[in-house]
Amino acid sequence: MNQPSQSNTSGGGGGFAQQPRQEMEYICADCGAKNEIKSREPIRCRECGHRIMYKKRTQRMVQFEAR
Amino acid sequence: MVGFDPKRHVGVHPERVSNVSSTDYPGHDPGQDNAWDLAKFQQRLIVRVERLSNRSIDFDLVGVDASIANAFRRILIAEVPTVCIERVYIWCNTSVIADEVLAHRLGLIPLDVDPAFLDSKDSQNSQATDRNTLVFRLKVACERRKNAPRDATDPNVLFIHSEVLSSQLEWVPQGEQASAMAANLPASTNPNIVLAKLRPGQEIDMEAHAVKGVGKDHAKFSPVATASYRLLPEIILNPAKPVPPELADKFQKCFSPSVIRVHPQTKKVSVDKKSARFESMSREVYRHPEFEGCVQLARVRDHFLFCIESEGFYPPERLLPEAVQVMRTKIATLRRAAEALLNDTNANEDAEMAEA
Repeated sequence: MNQPSQSNTSGGGGGFAQQPRQEMEYICADCGAKNEIKSREPIRCRECGHRIMYKKRTQRMVQFEAR
Repeated sequence: MVGFDPKRHVGVHPERVSNVSSTDYPGHDPGQDNAWDLAKFQQRLIVRVERLSNRSIDFDLVGVDASIANAFRRILIAEVPTVCIERVYIWCNTSVIADEVLAHRLGLIPLDVDPAFLDSKDSQNSQATDRNTLVFRLKVACERRKNAPRDATDPNVLFIHSEVLSSQLEWVPQGEQASAMAANLPASTNPNIVLAKLRPGQEIDMEAHAVKGVGKDHAKFSPVATASYRLLPEIILNPAKPVPPELADKFQKCFSPSVIRVHPQTKKVSVDKKSARFESMSREVYRHPEFEGCVQLARVRDHFLFCIESEGFYPPERLLPEAVQVMRTKIATLRRAAEALLNDTNANEDAEMAEA
């Protein structure tokens, strides 16, 4: 399968390095609620207390060959 | 057997075929000049449409060598250009179908675009312009339908956009495309191809770039679903040994329906010339010793029954002319190369002078 190639030339967050450090949003594996986790904070869902989180998909564009 | 002509027929025997190769070339038969001749060829050549529908065509090509018929078949499959999605740029895909798989599915959609409108993008990395690339947007999000009945189970009733269909691909005209393609807007030939299924909260946001290509690069560019030919079957009855009247019905059952006619009174068997083309050549008749010597199965070596199913832009009747066009450009290239070679040997010294 072809390798997805990431690029931030168009569409996705241009000037990625300059952006201020955003709080990363995670999704609770149990209830699906959005959670912001800061560093040195317990990894725990605010809604249900579940301790497993999913990272969100990149907002940048991903290129594929339709083959 | 009488009626079997090794120059014209391919013999079909119980466990083998005979006289497969054509022998109509100069020097094979003493005293016969079989040199290719345009007038003779024109006289023999027949192209006759037997059946035509929206999506397929059956036609006969008579009087050409197998190499020519096969060349057309191969060109139809691999070298008649079409337009297909080639690159997919995904911003968001939260559906259950993986990005690569969805991109592959998009590539396989037959598009209703005349390839004549586009130039082929010669290399992978050459610049995309409005002359060689079409842009499609696909932006679909699924949500719950507010007023859906409580006891509903059908996803189409419960949710909005539960299925992503090929009709949701939205063409984004670039440059002068809007005016050039106004007559026939690029879209999928079939609006109801399910590309992915969504549930509330899932969404797809992507851009797809379509380019012109040929089937030898990737099968998605092939303009045909199938393109095949077979040789015309011929059933040669032996006048010296007719089928016994009491076995006529059994004889008839050895062939495909309607191929053999039995006279109602005399029980004399004959071959229906029109239906003989539908004979499956099962060779069942050879299994019965009582019919030995009554019949010889054969195929006519230069009578090709083509069956082409179109998929995508071309109407089926346009496919063979397109293939002929591709063949002609190939011949023109070959001719130019041969002429260049001839000129080169004639004026070798001139060429050397010119180079120096």
